[in-house]
Amino acid sequence: MAELNTGGDGGKGKKVRSKKSNPGVDLTAMVDLAFLLITFFMLTTTLSKPQAMPLPMPDRDKTNPEPTNTKIPEERMMTILIGSNNRILWYMGKFESPTIPPTEAAFGKNGIRKDLLKNVEMGKAYAKQEGKPQQGLVVNIKASDKANYRNLVDILDEMAITKPQLFAIGDMTAGELDLLKQSGLY
Amino acid sequence: MAKIKVSKKSTRIDMTAMCDVAFLLLSFFIMTATAKQPEPKPVDTPQSTVIEKLPDEGVATITVGQKQVFFLMPKNIRRATLERMSELRNVKFTEEEYTEFEKLEGFGVKMTELKSLLALSPGERVKEGVQKGIPYDSINNQLFDWVKQARESQRAFYDEKFQAGEITAEEYGVKGDLQIAIKGDAKEEYPTIKRVMDILQEQKKNKFYLVTGLRDEDF
Repeated sequence: MAELNTGGDGGKGKKVRSKKSNPGVDLTAMVDLAFLLITFFMLTTTLSKPQAMPLPMPDRDKTNPEPTNTKIPEERMMTILIGSNNRILWYMGKFESPTIPPTEAAFGKNGIRKDLLKNVEMGKAYAKQEGKPQQGLVVNIKASDKANYRNLVDILDEMAITKPQLFAIGDMTAGELDLLKQSGLY
Repeated sequence: MAKIKVSKKSTRIDMTAMCDVAFLLLSFFIMTATAKQPEPKPVDTPQSTVIEKLPDEGVATITVGQKQVFFLMPKNIRRATLERMSELRNVKFTEEEYTEFEKLEGFGVKMTELKSLLALSPGERVKEGVQKGIPYDSINNQLFDWVKQARESQRAFYDEKFQAGEITAEEYGVKGDLQIAIKGDAKEEYPTIKRVMDILQEQKKNKFYLVTGLRDEDF
């Protein structure tokens, strides 16, 4: 490492010799630095491209309001209500007569994900019974006014992970809002 | 008995070539890197596991943060869009202002305040409190107009190219409609985002992107 220091013995020698300097310079540190910078620039140029999540919304044509919604059997329709402070309430079926009563859940792997996976399986099984094996669970996402944008992206992310047949973002009804308030989630 | 001598080889390698290559690559990456433009509204996007990159071109971004809305258009349609908006909203701009607007990376002011914004220096524009967001309430829905005019400009831009035979029908189909990305702050309240999405849906823009950060696998 110290090839540059090819000095003599401190000037005590008898003969004054011209120093033979070593022409090789140690490049290790320089190469290290260069590669460090390369990695930095490579990562910053390729990773700075923003990530995005495509979100298709149902067409809101006023002339034919929700033609497909009525055909979905309630056994494989799930509704997710997002309340305040990252809390969720979900139920299956119709609001008036749910097949699975409203259940509270949290975000994440051990919360809504487990319920969703279970319901997706159930939806698939039910669709098979109906004779429509390509279909499955349909999820309706309804966020309250106290939810934030992160909650919405989180739940859409869960959709991307658990893959129900269909999901849609809808508006909360007054009854559902009351339910949230009663459960203390609003 | 003859001793087996372990030949001592030098452990040093000639690193000149390696150094050359490293610096060549380094200069390449430095030159291709583009400096990040300061945004008028820096937001903290939520994270998701969906790994999909935003398309390189033909994307307009609506930034939403603290109930304020900012709009960023691709460079090729900025001028045309402003011309349309100027006609629609009856605000006249000078040639210098058009040129300045083309350089503007995203903005968030009312139509009436756009003139004074363009008069400021780029450094002053991104200062806190200078830009208060584009109005998007139902009485004065300028965001709707901006998005609509931008989409029409994009359509016109590629119509021309298609007619001139510069692009194929397939390319025209993909790029002809301006893509919209919503870049919202993670803490933004849902009604604001909903309002922006409604504005897009009002003009039959049903598919759009949500800009997100990358989340680790263990979510």
